[in-house]
Amino acid sequence: MPMKVAIVKYNAGNIYSVDHALKRLGVEASVTADARQLQQADKVIFPGVGEAATTMDYLHQTGLDVVIRSLRQPVLGICLGMQLLCRHTEEGDVDGLGIFDVDIKKFRPETPSDKVPHMGWNTLEHTRGPLFAGFTDKEFVYFVHSYYAPVCAYTAAETDYIHPFSAALQKANFYATQFHPEKSGIVGERILRNFLNL
Amino acid sequence: MLAKRIIPCLDIKDGQTVKGTNFVDLRQAGDSVELGKHYSDEGADELVFLDITASHEKRKTFVNLVQRVAANINIPFTVGGGINELADVERLLQAGADKVSVNSAAIRCPQLIDDIASHFGSQVCVVAIDAQETPDGWMCYLNGGRIRTDKSLFDWAKEACDRGAGEILFTSMNHDGVKTGYANDALARLADMLPVPVIASGGAGTPEHFKDAFIKGKADAALAASVFHFGEITISELKQYLCRHNINVRLR
Repeated sequence: MPMKVAIVKYNAGNIYSVDHALKRLGVEASVTADARQLQQADKVIFPGVGEAATTMDYLHQTGLDVVIRSLRQPVLGICLGMQLLCRHTEEGDVDGLGIFDVDIKKFRPETPSDKVPHMGWNTLEHTRGPLFAGFTDKEFVYFVHSYYAPVCAYTAAETDYIHPFSAALQKANFYATQFHPEKSGIVGERILRNFLNL
Repeated sequence: MLAKRIIPCLDIKDGQTVKGTNFVDLRQAGDSVELGKHYSDEGADELVFLDITASHEKRKTFVNLVQRVAANINIPFTVGGGINELADVERLLQAGADKVSVNSAAIRCPQLIDDIASHFGSQVCVVAIDAQETPDGWMCYLNGGRIRTDKSLFDWAKEACDRGAGEILFTSMNHDGVKTGYANDALARLADMLPVPVIASGGAGTPEHFKDAFIKGKADAALAASVFHFGEITISELKQYLCRHNINVRLR
């Protein structure tokens, strides 16, 4: 039986780019907000481009917050998806889903050359865990974000912008990347493939 | 360390690339998706697709193109041209664009920037500015440089950022198409005063011009069209050159 991959459908921008990326890897995913479909999938991806408080409101209203917390299969949060898996975010001063016991903070420029958002290609360092199997340090991935998770016990990769921060997190079956693997060329495709192979 | 970005820009008319060499690995000359993939494989960090279609009707072709690009290309891409209202932005983002660039419409109605930023986030909103150095200083122009405005480049760039622009794409009309280098003094001034990334545009003719835009112009990214389309500079060679000159670029 082919692997069932579900992408959490919610009011975020451009969630279809993840769907396209999976198609390029030969995987047909379902984009769904249905609790049963999400629970029965082999893999769940929680993408996201948008604003934290509005999105959390939506997750509460639809009950998706409870569904996501209850998932036992491998889950991959991307960008805002990652930030919402954390305890709290400074963006809109809102509580997240609390999978990762860490608080999301806003980048504060220290010099005029520190632009916010952190936008573009930056390198991964200190990678660990199955998402980065076969990786050497200094591989480039694509970031677009103004808020970040500090380095913590769950950090699975670090990137340095203004200061080191968590480029990826992992705890039990929950995986998360601050960068966009679906927009990170062949390096991103390897990360997605590693996730699908879990 | 954050890499400096190299961004090829493709002009699209009726769904096809307007100008450009027929690269040997392309099956169909002018196929925008294939050309985009070619650049992506060469190491482009982002792509810009600019719709220069004149008629409103043909704009649907562009939306179809954006869908095909989104399905086939694994790096970020920006679309611009003919974006006048929020509904245009929504249509292009739904088709799979990562960012939109607004130009004349934002000067005519600056509120458009606030609206895009609040609906979709600043990271989606690239404000493109065409400006020319005149006896009165750097002034902004409308409609591809045909109409002069009374807005100064620096005032307008600052206002655009205050309203929520996520990036500023500055094209110097004095330098565009001349291939004598980017407008580095104006670029550096923008980079120093703005809180968001600045993309240099207009004037690239040699690899050294890119280096100067990054060092003298302090740009975060450099955009070019014809030097790439006519194969005068390949992106991979350009990146090797920049790397040799200690500029941090993404090499694969």
